[in-house]
Amino acid sequence: MSILNMQRITVIALLKYCKDILETLQRRGVVEIETYQLDDDDGVFERGDTAAYQSQYLRSSAVARQAAEIIHTYVPEKKGLLSSMSGRKPLSLAQYDALVADSQDILHTAYDIVSYQKNIEQNRLEIERYEAQKTAIEPWLSLDVPMTFTGTATTRAFIGSFPPNKTREMLLSELSEQTDVADMTDIEIISSDENRTYAFLLCPIGCADALSDAIKKLGFEYPPYSAPVSVRKRIKQIDQHISNRRGRILENEANIKSVSSSLSSLDFLEDYFVMKAERYQAFDHIILSDNTFALTGYITERDAPELSRYLEDTYDAEVELSPSDTDDTPVKLMNNRFAEPVESVLATYSYPIRHETDPTAVMAIFYYIFFGMMFSDAGYGIVMAGACGLLLLKFRNMEEGLRRAMKMFFWCGVSTTMWGLLFGSFFGDAVSVISNTFFHTAPPAIPGLVTPIWFNPVSDPMRMLMFSFLLGIIHLFTGLFIQAYNDIKHKEYLAILYDVVSWYLLVGGAILALLSLEMMEGIAGFVLPSVWLKIGGVMALIGAVLILFFSGRESENPIKRLLKGAYGLYGATGYLSDILSYSRLLALGLATGVIAQVFNQIGSMMGSSVIGVILFLIIFVVGHTLNIGINALGAYVHTNRLQFVEFFGKFYTGGGREFKPFKINTKHYTVKEDI
Amino acid sequence: MSDFLANNAGLFFALLGAAFATFLAGIGSAIGVGKAGVAAAGVLSEDPSKFGKVLIFQLLPATQGIYGLLVAFLILSNTGLIGQVKEVSTLTGLLYFAAALPIAFSGLFSAIHQGNCAVAAIGTVNKKPDQMGKALILPAMVETYAILALLISILAIFGINAM
Repeated sequence: MSILNMQRITVIALLKYCKDILETLQRRGVVEIETYQLDDDDGVFERGDTAAYQSQYLRSSAVARQAAEIIHTYVPEKKGLLSSMSGRKPLSLAQYDALVADSQDILHTAYDIVSYQKNIEQNRLEIERYEAQKTAIEPWLSLDVPMTFTGTATTRAFIGSFPPNKTREMLLSELSEQTDVADMTDIEIISSDENRTYAFLLCPIGCADALSDAIKKLGFEYPPYSAPVSVRKRIKQIDQHISNRRGRILENEANIKSVSSSLSSLDFLEDYFVMKAERYQAFDHIILSDNTFALTGYITERDAPELSRYLEDTYDAEVELSPSDTDDTPVKLMNNRFAEPVESVLATYSYPIRHETDPTAVMAIFYYIFFGMMFSDAGYGIVMAGACGLLLLKFRNMEEGLRRAMKMFFWCGVSTTMWGLLFGSFFGDAVSVISNTFFHTAPPAIPGLVTPIWFNPVSDPMRMLMFSFLLGIIHLFTGLFIQAYNDIKHKEYLAILYDVVSWYLLVGGAILALLSLEMMEGIAGFVLPSVWLKIGGVMALIGAVLILFFSGRESENPIKRLLKGAYGLYGATGYLSDILSYSRLLALGLATGVIAQVFNQIGSMMGSSVIGVILFLIIFVVGHTLNIGINALGAYVHTNRLQFVEFFGKFYTGGGREFKPFKINTKHYTVKEDI
Repeated sequence: MSDFLANNAGLFFALLGAAFATFLAGIGSAIGVGKAGVAAAGVLSEDPSKFGKVLIFQLLPATQGIYGLLVAFLILSNTGLIGQVKEVSTLTGLLYFAAALPIAFSGLFSAIHQGNCAVAAIGTVNKKPDQMGKALILPAMVETYAILALLISILAIFGINAM
């Protein structure tokens, strides 16, 4: 439950170590590098420009990625349903160094793979072209002259096609209607199909022009492609070309497959060049002289001594550390294993600013409690905690963000199980329904699964409503308490009286007074002795007076101050709606429980026959999966809401900047500094 | 004939309440989920990797329909329209009808407006995916009123049942 202290770190070292130092910083991932502010007239230091390097490395990375994708198309990747959970593979420093030493070779392989693939694509295109040629000349197979034949010295030949379904006689008669040279023309039908009639026409050279005009009117078309040699020979040639190219494709595919074992090193290469590019990006923030360089940034107080010792010993660097406490200092949170997962929920709201209290630990307790109450079913809780626990055990390299979410839902599941047992809900009333429907006996009274350990909210909703309000009041008062803690930290002790104690008195007093009214008997089930009405009333009055006179204390003008105080007092309605808002704990809890019962009841409608059992199983699985999905979402959203709106509204401002250290930002591998 | 109506009017009104709760809240959810779905599909056309995020927003207005179903089921179960047939007096039937009204109307309107809000939140997440938490809270605020209505409907039904 704390915000780590930050230090500003400045490293000055010889230029020759610059690369090594940046690599060390990147691997350790403990320093957030900031742009070194340079005076305009500084004659010694200047900034480097590395955009060209960066783009070159990113290009190399893209080639490695492309090569890896090509391999995947030939050697299919075995991907499980949950493979996205497995995270990045860790590499030891020795493995990393070995792969770096090979990086040039791997890059060559990557370029080779890309060129193999280009070759394959080119050959595929050529095959397509040849296939097209082949289909174009195939109808002419029985023509015994080349298709480019135009005639002899005294004759003129036309080779082409007419519309379909024409015989020689039909063509001749149609031709004679168009021209008088028809009877001097010889027509031979070579072949015909449903699209065209393929024909060879021969006429004396003198009639050529007349015939040419006439056949155009009959729909004559020259073939799209003409073989320069005889068709039979050309087809043979084409087949030869195609099989050659098929051979080349196979050859290239074999080449690609033969290097498929380099897939993992290609993945590494992709990461390696991204890392390199990012290192050069960091380079943009540092300043250089002829022989030295300087960088500046933030580091946590915890990591600072070790890093500075390492840099001083290994690279003879000059490391300066100074505490950084300004508002724009980045914030890093430190929490125990139970509370840490909830940090990501806090992050979706806002990081705390430097001087605030980190609310994560307190929030975590309420988060798990509220989630559990809204989801409140032992069966669902076991499913949720079990699934998250198993995934956490199975995928130990899971990415940090995902692991946090899994841990959070694991604890939420544990809490859900606990509340489910207290309220006697296990997949709704599954045990009773199964026992009644299939065994025709009353269920054994197992505490937690059948009978509630505490009470059943479905049969006693008012009690649950009161309990929800009680938790809400505790939650809100805890928020106010943190506000008081903040005030102590800032040494504003009077503010505790005006802003915190006053509300405790007003809200607490009002509640006490309300509970001692007789009309509450029917709602709350109990009533306080009437003396509490007076005590509560006096408390509330003191609180109200404090708020009226002091909540507008920044204003000098007394009238303005009173008006502001009155407005502050109006905030009491906010408390009323805040407390009522916790009724969602009851409503969502009931929704989960009753919907579960609905599915159980629908499932048991067919009785205890075989069909009934099958129907029950199907409806049980589908229905409860649906219920888990919709109600887990509801519980998540509304738990967040209770934290963000009701709880944070009492004390939290936020607006801090998350500490984002310069680190390895890869897709496939991570490098561990010390294995 | 009039005897028949007088004897069974209770059951009829109870069923009418269950029907109101289901179809009004259902209409609201259908409209809300539909609007949010259109916006979500628009985001997916640009960036399919946001599917998981926008799906959550699309589901937010779906809850009112489920609350309506829940209330309807409680009424059907209490009046014996599911399971054992019970005698339902006209007064009890009218009371069940009245008990269904909060979730019916609050569900109808809150789901539509939650849908509008979800559309806007999907836009937020599309431009700033890291602001998911805040974007999620705004539509959830609308749901509060459906939850309050559900609470009153359920408490009323339990109360009528205990009479």
